[in-house]
Amino acid sequence: MKADVSPSGPPLVELQGISKRYGDLLANDGINLAIQPGEVHALLGENGAGKSTLVKILYGVIEPSAGEIRWEGRPVTIGSPVEARNLGLGMVFQHFSLFDELTVAENIAVALSGDWSLSTVRSKLGDISRTYGLALDADRAVWTLSAGERQRIEIVRCLLQNPRLLILDEPTSVLTPQEAEHLFTTLDRLSAEGCSILYISHKLEEVRRLCRSATILRAGRVVATIDPRARSAREIAALMVGNEVGEVRTDAPHHVLGEMLRVSRLSMPPAGLHGQALRDIDLEARAGEVVGIAGVAGNGQSEFFAALSGERLADRPDAVVIAGKPSGTMGIDARRRLGAAFVPEERLGHAAAPTHRLSENTLISHAAAEVSRSGFILLNAAKRLARSIIQSFDVRTPEGDPQARKLSGGNLQKFVIGREIIRKPKLIVVDQPTWGVDAGAARLIRQSLVDLARAGSAVVVISQDLDELFEVADRMAVIHQGRLSPLKPVGEWTKEAIGLEMLGVAQAQGGAHAL
Amino acid sequence: MRFELTPRPNVSPVMRALAPVAAFVTAFLIAGFVIWLMGRSPVAAFDVYVLQPLSDSWSLQELLVKATPMALIAIGLSYCFRANLWNIGAEGQYVIGAVLGSWLALKTHGTEAGAWVLPLMLLLGIIGGALYGLIPAFLKTRFGVNEILTSLMLVYVAQLILDYLVRGPWRDPKGFNFPQSVTFDPSATLHPILEGGRVHFGAVFAVVAVLLTAVILGRTLFGYRLKLTGDAPRAARFAGFSSKATTLAVFAISGGLAGLAGISEVSGQIGQLQPSISPGYGFTAITVAFLGRLNPIGILIAALVVALTFIGGESAQIMLKLPLDLTQAFQGILLLCVLAADALVSYRIRFVTRGGGK
Amino acid sequence: MTTFEAILLTIVTASTPLLIAALGELVTERSGVLNLGVEGMMAMGAACSFAAAVTFDSTLLGVAAGMLAGALMAALFAVVVLGFAANQVGSGLALTILGLGLSGLIGAPFVGARRDPIAHIDIPVLSDIPIIGRLFFEQDLFVYASIALTILVAVYLTRTRSGLTLRSIGENHTSANALGLPVWRVRFWAILFGGACAGLAGAYLALVYTRFWSPGMISGRGWIALALVVFAAWRPGWLLIGAYIFGAATVLQLHAQAAQFGIPAQALSAVPYVATILALLLLSLRRGRAIGAPGSLGVPFVPDR
Repeated sequence: MKADVSPSGPPLVELQGISKRYGDLLANDGINLAIQPGEVHALLGENGAGKSTLVKILYGVIEPSAGEIRWEGRPVTIGSPVEARNLGLGMVFQHFSLFDELTVAENIAVALSGDWSLSTVRSKLGDISRTYGLALDADRAVWTLSAGERQRIEIVRCLLQNPRLLILDEPTSVLTPQEAEHLFTTLDRLSAEGCSILYISHKLEEVRRLCRSATILRAGRVVATIDPRARSAREIAALMVGNEVGEVRTDAPHHVLGEMLRVSRLSMPPAGLHGQALRDIDLEARAGEVVGIAGVAGNGQSEFFAALSGERLADRPDAVVIAGKPSGTMGIDARRRLGAAFVPEERLGHAAAPTHRLSENTLISHAAAEVSRSGFILLNAAKRLARSIIQSFDVRTPEGDPQARKLSGGNLQKFVIGREIIRKPKLIVVDQPTWGVDAGAARLIRQSLVDLARAGSAVVVISQDLDELFEVADRMAVIHQGRLSPLKPVGEWTKEAIGLEMLGVAQAQGGAHAL
Repeated sequence: MRFELTPRPNVSPVMRALAPVAAFVTAFLIAGFVIWLMGRSPVAAFDVYVLQPLSDSWSLQELLVKATPMALIAIGLSYCFRANLWNIGAEGQYVIGAVLGSWLALKTHGTEAGAWVLPLMLLLGIIGGALYGLIPAFLKTRFGVNEILTSLMLVYVAQLILDYLVRGPWRDPKGFNFPQSVTFDPSATLHPILEGGRVHFGAVFAVVAVLLTAVILGRTLFGYRLKLTGDAPRAARFAGFSSKATTLAVFAISGGLAGLAGISEVSGQIGQLQPSISPGYGFTAITVAFLGRLNPIGILIAALVVALTFIGGESAQIMLKLPLDLTQAFQGILLLCVLAADALVSYRIRFVTRGGGK
Repeated sequence: MTTFEAILLTIVTASTPLLIAALGELVTERSGVLNLGVEGMMAMGAACSFAAAVTFDSTLLGVAAGMLAGALMAALFAVVVLGFAANQVGSGLALTILGLGLSGLIGAPFVGARRDPIAHIDIPVLSDIPIIGRLFFEQDLFVYASIALTILVAVYLTRTRSGLTLRSIGENHTSANALGLPVWRVRFWAILFGGACAGLAGAYLALVYTRFWSPGMISGRGWIALALVVFAAWRPGWLLIGAYIFGAATVLQLHAQAAQFGIPAQALSAVPYVATILALLLLSLRRGRAIGAPGSLGVPFVPDR
């Protein structure tokens, strides 16, 4: 198939006036979009702009409330993913649908429609691996694979069905910079062979690297269809977000005081079958500063968080020292009483109980909050605390004291972080503070963390979002396979250097660091 | 074809309370159908099963007598079930509690022991049940062994221990070789609440347990701990609630209450140890706990309702020649209906053929 | 036949119902559903098979009736657990209680009746091998069927497309649903298969093992079958070995009782139950905390929409 993007023929796929209504909410509002054969087209927008909804409609997961889809000029109805695949659509979701205990070959085979024997899958896998540079070992169990390798399984699943249009939803959110580059090479290859690509992202640099056309969504509507290379980053950001969101202010006077957290030679065995061991981690965080920990998901962030919070105990008390007290063998409540606060990655199920009301959810930090006395719950105190958190942190709630699962991601995150910040802890450790959170809430959360630091607390932020860390952190380190790189002031880090640390490649100068 | 289950965003408390009632009615209708298939009149059966036992003082007392152990055990089970721990071995904890308490009764038999015997027997009953319940809890917290299977296997072991004791070392030498222990002295017998009545103090224990549990579950940090452990285990650990400590605590409580029920029944109702000291109270209590929606007051009501079916079943056996197996089958149907009703309250369910509305 | 050979033969017959019932539950659990109703389904299988066999004087019809009874009970469970996404533990227990009660009603008119032993099948040549010959190649159809079933289940799970689909659904029903795999349909048939096997095991007990019906004749074998599945780490090969170990434990305690070793009868009767607990313990010790249960086992399936 030749790579001609011929503007004269009909587009491969055309969406006309697509709308989707959920009760009062219009997730998609009259969207028009066209993709030519062989084109790499971006779909840009912030969280909540409607990108996922639109793509689910295109892939047959959801039915549109209005509008028409045309495939090669003919109107079609795409009623299910199976029908989408038959037309020639392939989709790589942000969250993979994989089976950890099964092998690569089994994972691929189970997803294919039609009768594929494992041996056919194996040989086809070999062909595709070579052609597109997607290295995969057919007989390895998926739980042993990195995120990049897992994504390759999803891509191979699509490629084996000969797609004409490949849709990728935020593909680089779990990849290292080098793995992302690898992906782009594969995508270039595919589009050169005539496969169209719909690339959903909120990362401008990638979009400019890959795509010559982009559709920008905001609040469910198309605000522009542009060539991303022809516009500046600021212009595109303004289109995406509308009014100026503003940047986080970190210019307040910066006094760094005493040490609040010291981690020395912290090592821990993996927690379970698929865990990551922690190896010899050293870290200090002082009052008044924000320490950032960068790293791609799955390199020990959750384990490190659990070691800091006390959900997993270290083998020596002095492995983790909080506010001067050796706390490595103390549980989470004891650490909270020392003045520490913690916000885990998972909002629903870990930081908060989904079916419990917000007032009940304040009881989770009961050790440090004044919501219980001699074993009895002070219900009124809990309700008052919930209300003040809601007010101080601009948490939008459908009713007065709703169940946690009824809040949007951003609002719940504001509540969960607010619950800890409101009592002005000496130390706070946050894991992925703005994952899946809309721009406005993310800015409020980041500002709160910086303000807390300037007011004299030590703040530790673990995040996969490098831009976020560059924005809020004073010093930064990278975690890779359970090891932490040395801490350096933010100004001394470059993105390339971080990418190399993420891969575990030793730095040319400075702390030597085995793979 | 597929089922579509949409979680209901708002569930009114009225609906939640009515669900078990609807389940009961449905189960009754199904049982009525089965009775009709067996050639008897469902209406006559309803009269014998439900109405007659409520109509005279003797059977009303029987109602309380039967409901007491079930309520006590089910209250204990509610602690476990709320925390998502499945104690299926309450029957065994009941037996071991009875055995340990009875040991003291047999030890002081014939001597002029004082008023201290009975309270100590009850305490031993609680301790025995609690320790026996801690076995599956320990195996779970220390070794990760599934508590359903271990607690259940221990039921058979407990019954065999009882069997051995009453046929062997504890057999009444003057009992004509029947497998039973000596009859307990008055000082070792749990008194009736009212003179000449059949309801013993076990009923008071049950009511006290209900009230205490209502307070604990609703207003204490411990009650919240159980709720959180069952609803969001990761959040429970994040809140500093060690799941191991929770597991041990609820099994001890549950076993202790089952043991109390056991010794109360033996010393108050039966008066001696025999190979069979329970018509499956420990298992029926599971139904009672679900039927009462793990709520203390609900459990109290559910225990009375299920006791009614037991008594009704006994009369039905005599008057209508309906076998006791029917009561057991009815309990099974009732539990299924309760679980289904519970689900219907939480989800809206539709059966969709391919291409149907999304 | 020496006593030793006789004992070996009784081990085979004691282990066969355990193996059959456990195989059915293994398939059910591999698809992600925990069915605690095995005891009740076996009881129904025993009662219905005996009733049918006596009524129509046909062992074959008895077996068919037993399997059908088990499957119908399982279907009821499937509707409640799949259709209503009800709590699987409670529903399984309810099924056991229902099965025990209902089987009592069905079996009551047939108490006291007795069936003749069924024929053993002699495999020529092989059955002449000393000891092993009589043990392995001169058994009744059920025993051969149980071995064949073990092999079939193993092959199905590891080598067929349908088996791969089933394993995936049990492993992660969210991913499976996202991929468009038929979660409900597969689980429904897995549950039914489990019920049919439990019914078959019950039929074996009533028609071959004891050859009469009595209430409580299952006496905990259903629960032991459940323990077996965990003991075997959800693998058919290990299940075969485990079933024979447990069967041996049951048989040996009877013989020890008869030989009057001076240990109370009840202690010997307790051996299978204690053995189950010990087996579960050993399994946990051997594999640490990660036993490798199917990832979605026991979790009600409610897809987000």
